[in-house]
Amino acid sequence: MSRIVVGPFNRVEGDLEVSLDIENGVVNKAQVNSPMFRGFERIMQGQVPMDALVYTPRICGICSVSQSVACAKALADLAQTEIPLNGELSINLVLANENMTDLLTHFYLFFMPDFSRDVYAQKDWYSVVSERFKAKEGSSVKKMLPARAEFLHLMGIMAGKWPHSLSIQPGGSAKPIEAQERIRLITLIASFRRYMELHLFGADLEDVAKLDSIKALLEWRKKEHWSQSDFRTFLHISEDLNLAALGRSTDQFLSFGNYQVQGKKLFAEGCYIQGELQPFDPDSIAEDIAYSWMQGAEALHPKEGVTEPSVDNEEAYTWCKAPRLNKQVVEVGALARQLINGHPLIKELVEKQGASVESRMIARMLELAIVIPKMQEWAKQLDPQAAFCFPTTLPKEGCGVGLVEAARGSLGHWLQVSKGKISNYQIIAPTTWNFSPRDSQSIPGALEKALEGAPVFEGEKEPVSVQHIVRSFDPCMVCTVH
Amino acid sequence: MSLLNAESPDLLTTFEAAGIHLLWHPSLSEETGSEVVDIFDSILKGETQLDVLCLEGSVLRGPNGTGRFHMLGGTDKPMMEWIELLSKQAQYTVAVGSCAAFGGISAAGDNITDAIGLQFEGEVPGGFLGDQYRSLSGHKTINISGCPVHPDWVTETLISLSLDEHSEEAVDLFGRPRMYADQLVHHGCSRNEYYEYKASAELPGDRGCMMENMGCLGTQAHADCNSRPWNGVGSCTKGGYACINCTAPEFEEPGHSFTQTPKIAGIPVGLPTDMPKAWFVALASLSKAATPERLRKNATSEKLIYPPTIHKRKN
Repeated sequence: MSRIVVGPFNRVEGDLEVSLDIENGVVNKAQVNSPMFRGFERIMQGQVPMDALVYTPRICGICSVSQSVACAKALADLAQTEIPLNGELSINLVLANENMTDLLTHFYLFFMPDFSRDVYAQKDWYSVVSERFKAKEGSSVKKMLPARAEFLHLMGIMAGKWPHSLSIQPGGSAKPIEAQERIRLITLIASFRRYMELHLFGADLEDVAKLDSIKALLEWRKKEHWSQSDFRTFLHISEDLNLAALGRSTDQFLSFGNYQVQGKKLFAEGCYIQGELQPFDPDSIAEDIAYSWMQGAEALHPKEGVTEPSVDNEEAYTWCKAPRLNKQVVEVGALARQLINGHPLIKELVEKQGASVESRMIARMLELAIVIPKMQEWAKQLDPQAAFCFPTTLPKEGCGVGLVEAARGSLGHWLQVSKGKISNYQIIAPTTWNFSPRDSQSIPGALEKALEGAPVFEGEKEPVSVQHIVRSFDPCMVCTVH
Repeated sequence: MSLLNAESPDLLTTFEAAGIHLLWHPSLSEETGSEVVDIFDSILKGETQLDVLCLEGSVLRGPNGTGRFHMLGGTDKPMMEWIELLSKQAQYTVAVGSCAAFGGISAAGDNITDAIGLQFEGEVPGGFLGDQYRSLSGHKTINISGCPVHPDWVTETLISLSLDEHSEEAVDLFGRPRMYADQLVHHGCSRNEYYEYKASAELPGDRGCMMENMGCLGTQAHADCNSRPWNGVGSCTKGGYACINCTAPEFEEPGHSFTQTPKIAGIPVGLPTDMPKAWFVALASLSKAATPERLRKNATSEKLIYPPTIHKRKN
């Protein structure tokens, strides 16, 4: 048996190290280390509750709005604030703008460049893929960046800037949209849609969103040459490298649901345990710290959570806690969201091949095709004559919970207020779920499980299979160790 | 991530046009794991020239000075040690963002991670590298502060370095490039007419000036946010919320709520930059008395109640 340590692991947001025990050419045990601790939960203690809206988005430059939305929801829960329709639509639009941008950034900047590595130089697709996706210079990357930047003009209009906006409030949006701005929004979402249809999909978004089986996906893909669009190219590579069989994790999932309009969420909340869809019970979450550099004994619900870093725990190997749902390891992200929302293609993929590298990537692409047309609808629904924000009065004592789906999965904020100041603030970020260490039952986290069985070729220092598996989760490490 | 929002041209084209070659970037580069360590080692051996060392995020020295709160993955070495080694090989050292410059948000509260800026600890010179530190070209750390930074602040600073045009006169007291730091966020604020008449917003979403009640520090904050838009068209004040002076050291601990203006006897404590207090008070009360109905009503409304009056040449 041999051990290799892969790090610094890049093209993920933040710091990551992965230790692999290898036997007979495959990984038989993996340990995921988040080698950085940031302390935001501690920074928040003693602050004025509304100031959490300043601190929490700054946890992350890539999930900033998601943090704002979770925080605003927790404050709204504390104050029992109502929110006008325009406020809901505005929050959905900025959240979707960030989430869709992140899905795109992941595909082009983080995930695809690994296929232009020299290890694939003998593949018949290599020259096309390398020309398009080579890190820092690929032609598809260069097309994506201006489209991405223009799409984010939505933030300029609706949130002042991205990242780190303060427009998202418990009672809605502090930025009322004027008539001309609404029209500009409609136009720029349509423009981004055009980019995606031309380059990413090579097809109408609706045609992609409605693919309802593996067979339908295959037929759609074969309608054109594999190099006709970037998504078709991925599917071609995925088939050749059998990414459907790579990186399978526990096949258990969680989604908080997302994009609420007048009491109804576009994506349903729920969990998927042992092959069954189940309702989600927020009280069934607990954070285990048996293998974390943290002080404390038992696994606590985030309402009572404690963050006391300590390097004294000799079993520990990461700054990340280990959240569990009813003691189960669950995976979060686009795949979980689309499965729990009942997308037929995703359901079949999970039943047939589980949570593989391929399944995760297909779910992300589907979500882009589903959400962009919804954004067009939301922008049209904005009414410049109606209210955007209701005032909030916070009680001096109480608690609140804010649950939201960031691009990378379920994000929760739990806050307690005492004598008008924050007395406790706990956060569980998506990658805290996915990249958690072992728990007190020594059950490995979702990525640790997914890495077991990954092939390692002779002499590989950074096994390429491990690169694909890790990045298929689109980790955000700075959020993980908030 | 803010850097990726660069436009006209996009980030990669900007670098290409300026002849800037990224040796390694955590989000953009192919190299990972030992390939990265090889690049670092090659720099430390003097085989690869490091023209500019950019650091994002503050230096975490805790716990107890060990730096274990931030280890560089795969190297068993604290990030602070890597920073110290690499900073000795860099022609220029650049702090990107208020955390790397001054400690920033990471240093807020009881600063549990012992976060510090490269050459400042808040307003105090010194920081992690010490006040005597100079990069190989003989310069102090350049502090592109901001939380976040505007992508242009970064690209323009890097291009000025690549053109070999940097000098100590190009940065201000806090090491910030004067190209953006010699302006105030107030300049070009679309709420200026409300400011002139002290017609003030009271709630999020109101159209009025946010200085009197909402904590806005735009008249004191050094940055060009309202004369150079964010994400095409935006700024904090256009987005409906206060400027929190995020380019300044210690902005993270204002000593009061970020979004409420502290006042003494009804007068905001922080006055506009370079404005004598007596004159400010006198002018504010005068202009408040002269506030037109249009601005008074619109200031506390989400929607425009009174559009400006149209003056016809003939009745």
